[in-house]
Formats: sequence, C-alpha cells, structure tokens
Amino acid sequence: MITATTTQPLLQVKDLCVDYLTERGPVRAVDRVSLEVAKGEFLGIVGESGCGKSTLLFAIARLLSTPAEISSGEVWFGGRDMVSMDEEEMRHLRWRDYSVVMQSAMNALNPVMTIEEQLGDAIHAHLRLPHRKLAARSAELLRVVGIDPVHLHSYPHQLSGGMRQRAMIAMALALTPDLVIMDEPTSALDVVAQRSLMVKIKQLQREFGFACVFVTHDMSLVSHFSDRLAVMYAGQVVEIGATRQVFTDPKHPYTVGLMKSFPSISGPLLPLTGIAGGPPDLARPPSGCRFHPRCPRAFERCPGEEPDLYAREQDLVRCFLFDT
Amino acid sequence: MAVRVVTDPGPLETPVVTSRRGIAGTVGRGLSRNRKAMAGLGLFGFFLVVAILAPVVAPYDPQSLQFDQMLQPSRAHLLGTTGTGQDIFSQLVFGTRESLLIAVAAGLGATLISVIVGVSAAYLGGFSDHVLNLFTDVFLVLPTLPLMIIVGTYLNNRGLAVLIGVIVITGWSYGARQLRSQALSLRNREFLEAARARGERSLYIIVFEVLPNMTSLIVAIFFGAALYAVLAAAGLQFIGLGDPNSLSWGTMLYWAQANGALLAGSPVWVLAPGLCIAALGAAFALINYAFDEIGNPALRPVKRRQ
Amino acid sequence: MSYLVRRLEFFFITLWAALTINFILPRIMPGNPAQAMIVRFRGRVSPETVKAIEVAFGLHSNENIFQQYLEYLRNTFTGNFGTSVTFFPVPVGDVIRQGLPWTLGLVGMATIIAFILGTLLGMLSAWRRGGFFDAVMPPVFIVISAFPYFWLGLLVLLAFALTLNWFPLGFAYDLTSSINLSWDFVGQVIWHGTLPALTIVITSIGGWILTMRNTMITTLAEDYVKMARAKGLSPVRIMFMYAGRNAILPNLVGFAMSLGFVISGAILVEIVFNYPGLGFTLLQAVHSEDYALMQTLFLMLTVAVLVAVLAADLLTAVLDPRTREHG
Repeated sequence: MITATTTQPLLQVKDLCVDYLTERGPVRAVDRVSLEVAKGEFLGIVGESGCGKSTLLFAIARLLSTPAEISSGEVWFGGRDMVSMDEEEMRHLRWRDYSVVMQSAMNALNPVMTIEEQLGDAIHAHLRLPHRKLAARSAELLRVVGIDPVHLHSYPHQLSGGMRQRAMIAMALALTPDLVIMDEPTSALDVVAQRSLMVKIKQLQREFGFACVFVTHDMSLVSHFSDRLAVMYAGQVVEIGATRQVFTDPKHPYTVGLMKSFPSISGPLLPLTGIAGGPPDLARPPSGCRFHPRCPRAFERCPGEEPDLYAREQDLVRCFLFDT
Repeated sequence: MAVRVVTDPGPLETPVVTSRRGIAGTVGRGLSRNRKAMAGLGLFGFFLVVAILAPVVAPYDPQSLQFDQMLQPSRAHLLGTTGTGQDIFSQLVFGTRESLLIAVAAGLGATLISVIVGVSAAYLGGFSDHVLNLFTDVFLVLPTLPLMIIVGTYLNNRGLAVLIGVIVITGWSYGARQLRSQALSLRNREFLEAARARGERSLYIIVFEVLPNMTSLIVAIFFGAALYAVLAAAGLQFIGLGDPNSLSWGTMLYWAQANGALLAGSPVWVLAPGLCIAALGAAFALINYAFDEIGNPALRPVKRRQ
Repeated sequence: MSYLVRRLEFFFITLWAALTINFILPRIMPGNPAQAMIVRFRGRVSPETVKAIEVAFGLHSNENIFQQYLEYLRNTFTGNFGTSVTFFPVPVGDVIRQGLPWTLGLVGMATIIAFILGTLLGMLSAWRRGGFFDAVMPPVFIVISAFPYFWLGLLVLLAFALTLNWFPLGFAYDLTSSINLSWDFVGQVIWHGTLPALTIVITSIGGWILTMRNTMITTLAEDYVKMARAKGLSPVRIMFMYAGRNAILPNLVGFAMSLGFVISGAILVEIVFNYPGLGFTLLQAVHSEDYALMQTLFLMLTVAVLVAVLAADLLTAVLDPRTREHG
C-alpha cells in the first residue's frame, strides 16, 4: 500500500465489504475497499450518488443500521480492529478518538434540546467535568467555530443553516479527537456558506491537528482542501492518490470523465461533456470491470475479469490500462 | 451552484398506478404476504361463510322457544339454552348475519363520508378546508357512546337503519383526517400536473387520478370503520338501544345480562356472543394494522439475526 | 403563540357545538319527549318546574328560537340543568355531582396508568426490535384492543371475582360502610376499583403501545439518534432523551383526543360492575328516558375530553420548543 507518510497510519481500512440485506438477498454496497489515513491528513472521497461513499463512511464509524451490515474486512484504528469490537467497547472510543459530522444539521441535531445540552452530552458521556468547566468549554468550542456563545441556549431551529453546521463541527471537536469523519457537511449550504465553512474546517484542522475523511460529490470543493483524494464508483475505489496528482493527471477513465465534466474558470473554453449512461444497479453489477459499459476506452479484457488496484506514479488505479 | 459530478439522469421515479387491475393487484399481493392480514381475512371469511350457510350450520330454528330454559351445554345444545328456551348455538349462527350486516354497512357508510369530507377539504383548501377540518375535529372529540345514546333514544325507533345511521354519524371523522392528509400530499404530484395540463376538470382529476392512488388507505379506513361499527353496535345493543327482538350478537348479550346469566351460572350465554364480537373485531383490526405495515415497511416484523 | 390560539379556537368551537347539539336535538326529533315527561310528572310537580321543563325543551314558548337559545345558554352557565326524571325531584346538577368523582377517579387513574405503561412499553418494544416482546406484542394487542370493553369486563368479572373470589363483584365500596376518609374506606375503594380499572387499562393500552411503537420506530431512524450513538451516549439516555422525547410529541394530542373513545368504553365498564359513576347514571337515564340528565351528561363528558385535549396541547407546547416559535 502506498501511504503518504512512513509512520504508522492512523486509520487503516482493509478489504471492507458492506452488504444491504434486502428481501431479494444481500446487495453489496461497498466492495473490498482499502484505504489509509495518516495523522493529520485530509482525505477526500468523491463519487456520484449511490456509489457507496456514505455507506463506507458509516461503516468505518460503526454507525450502520439495519439492513446494512459489515460482512467482511477490517478497520484498524488506534491499534485495534473496530469491526471485531462489540458496542460496549466501541462506546469508549466514540467521540474521544474519532467523531462524526453529518450532512444535514437540521436532521442531525435533536430538536428538543438546546445547543448547550447537546454539546454537554457528548463531553459528559466521557469526562466528568464540574458544571462551570463544562459551560466554559462549550462556550469556547462555539467561539472557535465562529458562533457567539450566547447561542448555547438556543434550539437548533433558531439557528441559521450555516450556524447549525458549525455547531455540529464544534460538537465534533469537543473531545479533540484524532479523526473527524465528515459526510457531505456542506451540501445543505449555499455557495458562500460552503466556502467559508471549508476554510474554517481547514483552519481548525491545522490548529487541532486532527485527520479528516471528507465525503462529498463536489469535486471542486474537495480538491482545494484535501491532501489525498479517493474516487469511488459502484462501491469500489477506482482511483486514489495525492489530490494534486489525481486532479491534474487523472488516470482512470471515470476520473477523467469527471474532470472533463466541469471546466476550469481559467483556461480555454471547452464544450461540456458528461459520462454516458447511468450508475449500475448494485444488485446486479456489470461483469468484470464495473465501469466498462460506460467506458470510452474499454477493451476485450474489461467485461471478463475484475481489475485490481494497480500502482502508477504514486496513484493507485483500478483499470487494466495500467496493468503493466 | 457547486459543481456536481455529471452523469445522465436515471429514469424518473415511477410511482403511479392508474389501471384498476394494477391497484387491486398491488393491494392483493401486499396483503397475501402479510400474516396478520391473512389471519384477519381468514376470520372474516369464516364468519361470512357461516352467515351465508346459517340454515345449514344451525341445528335448530333460533327463534323457537320449545326447549327447556337455561340448560347447560350438552350434546343436544352445544352452547346450552337461553332463559326463554332458545338454543344458543343456533342463535349465534343466525346472529352472524345481522352483526356482519351492521359492520359492513356502517363501515361503508362511514368510509364514504370520510372520503367525501377528507378529499374535499384537501381540494377546496382555504377557508372551506379550515371549516371542514374543524367540523371533523369536533366530531372526533365528542364522546361517541353518549352521543349515540342520545340520538338513538330521541329517535325512539330501534330499527337497524337507525343503529347503522347513528354509528355512521359518529364514526366517519377518524378516517376523514387521514384521507385529508394523504390527499394533500398527492395534490402536488407530477401526474396531477400532467392531468391539469391536459385540461381535465378537477372532479375528473379527483375521481380518476387521485382516488385510485388512495385505494390502499381507503380500504384500510373501511376496516377501521368496520371495527368501530362492530364495537359500537355491540355497546348500544348491550345497553338496550338496539332492537331487542332482532337477532344479533349484541342483542344476545343484552338478554343474557338482563337474565343475570353470569351470576345464574350460565356464563356461556354471555361469553359466546362476546367472543364472536371480539373475533370479528379482531379480524378487522388485524387487516387494518396490516395496511399500516404494508405502507411502512419499517413496521414489519423483524427477525432476530443470530 | 398562534399555536395556542388555534387550539383555544378549537376548544371553544367544540364546546359550542356540544351545547348547540343539546339545544337542537329535542327540537328537531320526531315525537315530543318533553310532553312525555310532563305527563309523567303531572300532579307531582310545581307549576314552576313544569315551566322550567317547557323552557328547556322549547314548548309553548312565545319566545322565538334565538331567545330560547340565549335562555338555554344562560341556564347552562349558571348550572341549571333541569330536574332529573330518574331521581325525581333531584336536580340534574346534583345527580351528576354525586357520580362525577367516582368516574373521574376510575377513568382518570386507569387512563393515566394505561398511558404511562403504554408509552413505556411502546418505547421498549421499538428499542428492542426483533426481540421476543416486539414480535409477539403487536398481534396480541391488536386483538385485545378489538375486544368490546364490556365483554372484557365480564370476562374479568367471571375470572377474578366469581371464580377466584379475589375481588368483589361490583360497586365502589362495601355497601354497609358509609363514605368517609378513613384508611379502611380508601382500601375498600381501591379493592373495588381494581377490576374495573384493570378492564379499562387492558383494553385501552393496546392502542397506545402500538402508536408509540410506530412513532418510535420512525424516530429511531432519524439522524439525530444516529448522532447520539456516534457520541457514545448511554443507550438509556438515547432511548429517553433523544428518541422517546421526540417520538411522544406527535402522539400527545392524539392520546387526549382518543379519550372520547375511552370514556365510551368506561361507561360500559361501569355498567358491568355496577360502579356508581356517570356511566351507570347514564344507563339509568336511558331506561327512564331522562333527557335532561342524558344531555347534561353528554355535555359534561365532552367538556372533560376538551379539557384533556387542551392540557395535552399545553404539554406539547412546553415539550416542543418549535411550537413556541412559529405556531
């Protein structure tokens, strides 16, 4: 595995598989995904709707609910495989070592509790702090994300969308975890709020030093802020490498198609091109390489075998074109 | 706008059933896979068969007074006899007819009014909606038995039509609320826009496009109303507000209570009709709940994974 | 605030509807109940009482209908409900005052117990999906809640009173004692009240368990519950503070509105157990065609349900901060 640093990675996902148990049988939403995140690293995961990126995220965080379940694989964090831990053991890790930021703060915040109560909840579950210290800490957390601490006494519906999202981030940092997992935290916001939130996240990351796994469908946003980028398609990682590399020199035909589907603001005027066809039905994925029905460069080998991840210039690409 | 990953859009959400056979098929399929529904339908079917075949199933004429009174259950009289010498089992069998009739007729009547009020409220909107809503809520809150008692006593006519009428008046409001909410949510769906664009008139739209899509809810409400009717009829007849000379399970209970059956050592006279009422009610309740489960798969029974 | 305004509007309109139904019914029904009453009373009442009955039912009146209506409303709000036929010559108001505490006590207690138990069981059942309780409970309670109240009462009576002799056959207290506040008397009341209360609880709890279970199942799928899990909170805290508190909100007012149904059932239970509350009184009123008593009972019961609904509305406003904002 090519890693960004030579020290032990913070998070190691090995051949993770997640199935949805439907009436018609199990549907594989995440297929043998492996990746690593180093300390303090910002990993972006992109892909279209239904490619399995959110499922992957929740699987890593052990937050899947029926009918989804991890059917095989390992998730190594802090020297232990989280997949094999039971709920009671997990509870000790939760929030202290890693935390989660969800997509829609309106849905992720309890509507009948104040911000202070929800912040305090998380801290109180793991640390015994005297009340005054707890209040001070909560106020400090809000200030750090740019919210006036007077809002501690507000209810979620009284805050604006951007503020709610920031409150969630404040909550995620409450116990200064080593890893923060974010599932499309900016999708529910307008462009301006998105940008300012991303800047804030990046700034906090530098200050607090946490690693970040950031899932989104918005390529441009994540490309500016991430160190490494993973591209997912139909439940598999099809390309992964340093962001700059993937961005300027995409290798997998899918990634190439993605990059071509939005023009850069500087540079020559190019016609917009999309990727023909639609994402496959995961209950009956295409044989061999999952992308081959839509791939402009498919050849005889593609429908027959499933490609592995092949290394090329510090990237990993799941395509026979790079199998040397 | 943020730049989204571009791909061709997938097929439009298919939703809407317009063919009648299609609806019956989906409802039927949904029900046949649900155990509660099958149990309920089975019970209902059982009573239906008994009602139709009553003369064949019952050993004696239910009205004949020729037997000894207050007999205990025996081979000759499966459930014993009443205080006036009638065979309880035969009464029970023949009583099925009237009890079923009341349940189905009152259920249909209440459902019809629910549909009219609920859907109208959703479509008329504005002030009419507000008024109809208030009207519905008022009827929902009024205690039903006292109201039925008062109307029934005033009318002083103990006939079947009055009984059914009184049940319908008090039983339509629950369904109207649910129908209104569903009609509201359907109001803005695309297929209605398409119908409007074709220039169809509102009434046409309501009857031919909206109602078919509410079939599942309407059927569920019918069963809920039938359940209410069974219990309400039983309650009214038990108190003596039904026609004491008619033959149904509720009137059997009235006579049993009037003769002090429980204390006089003939509990079967009381238990048997009550059991039938409970069973018919249970049948409707099961089918009604099954519709909930079909509509919301999250409610279905979950198998514990080992 | 507009939330409360709307609820108050509902309260007053329903009250008005009940009052008006009581006013209109005797005047539009065929036959003349008032005449029948007067005939029965003839010779035994003072002319004033006859006049009062005529006023209440709108006979021989030179006033037009609106004046009658106002007179009726005035009478109602001053507590003048007429004279009871069943308990002649006791005024209706007094008859009701006697039976009211028994019914309030029985129905009130039973409903509160059923509500609390039902809500808890519903929550637990949803929390442990796939468990034994969750698999067995819904069909069992669906069937039980379809039982007629009075039939279940008869079953309970048969089983626990007649056969096992654990509880008395009926009434609210030992007929040889007089009403007082001694421990002995209170004990009797509880002993006599157990079976009727049990009947009401068993029949009504099913609906509440199932409703709570259904809302809880939906609530458990919400993102904020997932967040609570992600934060590593204790399961108990998640179940009550995150899931339970949100799941119960849409049900509160519904619970109160279903009281009308519970009261109907409680009336039948009182009849089965000869419990001296308003239900039993209603039965006697029916048998003596005591219209004044019947109508006033209807009014009282409606008011009781409305008060409960209003209380539930207030409780919802307290528990749900969102209603306080936009209404």
